[in-house]
Amino acid sequence: MTKRVLMAVAVTVALFVAAGCGGDDSSSSSGTTSGGKSAGLKPPKVAMANSVGQGEGKLNVIVWAGYAEDGSEDKSVDWVTPFEKSTGCQVDAKTGNTSDEMVTLMRTGRYDGVSASGDATLRLIAGGDAAPVNTKLVPNYGDIYAGLKNQYWNSAAGQMYGIPHGRGANILMWNPKVVKQAPTSWGAVFDKNSPYKGKITAYDSPIYIADAALYLQKHNPELKITNPYELDQKQFDAAINLLKTQRGNVGQYWSDYTKEQQAFAQGDSVVGTSWQVIANLLDADKVKVATTLPSEGSTGWSDTWMIAAKAKHPNCMYKWMNWIVSPKTNAAVAEWFGQAPSNAKACDYTSDKGFCDTFHAADQAYFDKVKYWTTPRKDCGDARGAVCKDYSAWVQAWTEIKG
Amino acid sequence: MSRRSAGARLADRLHGRRRVQVGLLLSGPLAWLGVAYLGSLVVLFVAAFWQLDDFSGKVVHSYSLDNFRTLWDTPVYRTIVLRTVGIAALVTITDILLALPLAFYMAKIASRRVRGILVVAVLMPLWASYLVKVYAWRTMLSNDGIINWALAPFGLSGPGYGFVATWIVFSYLWLPYMILPVYAGFERISNSLVDASGDLGGRPATTFMRVVAPLVAPAVVAGSIFTFSLTLGDYITPQLVSSSQFIGNVVYANVGVANNLPLAAAFATVPVVVMVAYLLIARRLGAFESL
Repeated sequence: MTKRVLMAVAVTVALFVAAGCGGDDSSSSSGTTSGGKSAGLKPPKVAMANSVGQGEGKLNVIVWAGYAEDGSEDKSVDWVTPFEKSTGCQVDAKTGNTSDEMVTLMRTGRYDGVSASGDATLRLIAGGDAAPVNTKLVPNYGDIYAGLKNQYWNSAAGQMYGIPHGRGANILMWNPKVVKQAPTSWGAVFDKNSPYKGKITAYDSPIYIADAALYLQKHNPELKITNPYELDQKQFDAAINLLKTQRGNVGQYWSDYTKEQQAFAQGDSVVGTSWQVIANLLDADKVKVATTLPSEGSTGWSDTWMIAAKAKHPNCMYKWMNWIVSPKTNAAVAEWFGQAPSNAKACDYTSDKGFCDTFHAADQAYFDKVKYWTTPRKDCGDARGAVCKDYSAWVQAWTEIKG
Repeated sequence: MSRRSAGARLADRLHGRRRVQVGLLLSGPLAWLGVAYLGSLVVLFVAAFWQLDDFSGKVVHSYSLDNFRTLWDTPVYRTIVLRTVGIAALVTITDILLALPLAFYMAKIASRRVRGILVVAVLMPLWASYLVKVYAWRTMLSNDGIINWALAPFGLSGPGYGFVATWIVFSYLWLPYMILPVYAGFERISNSLVDASGDLGGRPATTFMRVVAPLVAPAVVAGSIFTFSLTLGDYITPQLVSSSQFIGNVVYANVGVANNLPLAAAFATVPVVVMVAYLLIARRLGAFESL
């Protein structure tokens, strides 16, 4: 009897293997796309919308924490409900913790759109997961800062692939009760002999390697780092070494923003990289924290609302893209999240009149100092040629850093 | 005749055909086993040989051993495998040491009433959600948590987050899965055997070592399958109470974060191999007779 069962199992397995192999022959030829990688981005053809019709009654979006508030965090912070009322599109927002998670979620095909940062946008465009955006269908697009339009992270071949939403910098946050001397440099998290050993926190994503590279750019000029996302072997190794040293001092890494919030509230982390929105949430919970943009500058993000290539509710997504960058909403999101709005008119609607100055909304010179997240590629983008470390090398290095 | 129901006609057809009967009865469960269970394992194994296109992050269906080579050549993956198997073994041993006396007391010494209460007490944690329990430990182990608070008057502090925390939480989580089979194992041992050993001059220690222990050993091995495999596959607990990476974390990071499904699949074959080896040893020790 057992023999016969084993036979049946063996036959099943054999069938599956056969089926698996048979299906792959046709697609294996697509593996030879590496030539196109260094030659620039060639997005697959995805149809663009020509008109926006009646809403489909539903909208599934992937968002950064704090981008789709419906009043559940704070009653006065609500821009989802008015949208739902005026368009009839019920919003279901899924929070993505990292850019990588967002790309993965988008690939499931269950979502209509995403608020993607620059290290996700190019991957979504290259993978054919995002559709080009017909900016004529988004009236508020006209008021968006010119410095955000047609940039390398949100467009391809002169075609916009999304609507710019806002930008900001990753900041240094600390607990002033423990860290008495306010830090001004990222050295506070990279110093080997830090007095806060075991209470330092860092962002748990390969993209954090860029933070180390940015620090080295200023402190180890002989490495000649020009862009923290374009690292050749020597520069890459130096950044990895710095992070391996830091590993010994890190108590916990965070990628889930609630984990970071809790760690600071309970005293497990006292200094580390953070977002303004986390500081705001801690503030709301009466936990004292302080933040700064360190002297080295910082990595940061420039986010773009993208529509999925196979969106099930494209009309609602277009309505959402227009709504979320409308001056009033854009101002509300920017203030809640703590970033610079993308709509030039938003600055008239912020509750804090100095807000746009604080966050340097129109200050292009300031944002030239912020290195937006972008996907590292083999092609260094300069005279060095294709000798840089690509993102999969970053991912593997990150596993090694954490050990 | 023609007015009879379809069911009755079917019964007529099947009458006396035992093979067809058994075939129909088992086709459902076997299909489930074959398609959903073994099928997914096969897909996993096939995916381990695929590649990832570096830039677009899409899976390319061309076959090579690159993923396994990466896993073999990079020391960090070996460290992670050893760490994972190590903690699984440590948790299993801890749970055996905790479960043996408690299960023995429940099965042999406790009154009926106390036994009932203890069984409920052992089962009770299983009623609460896994996540709630881990988050509770996270809060307890945190810097301002109750453990540090309780130890502070003695000038001590708790383990904080890290390997020790992972070990404690895993041991707590999987303890019921060890106690229940061991308790059942003790119950099955007849009291007369223990009495006979005493009558023949065996001291309690000897009786335990030569009579009770061999009889309960298969139950302990059965329990260890649960504690070992559950620890081997878990990735949430390490994430919440430590910053160490276990096999599950690397698999999760490669699927959910890096979208490198092929590498994740290749790494996921490691615990499968470990578990197959473990189960073969367990079968040798007769664990499956006391499940």
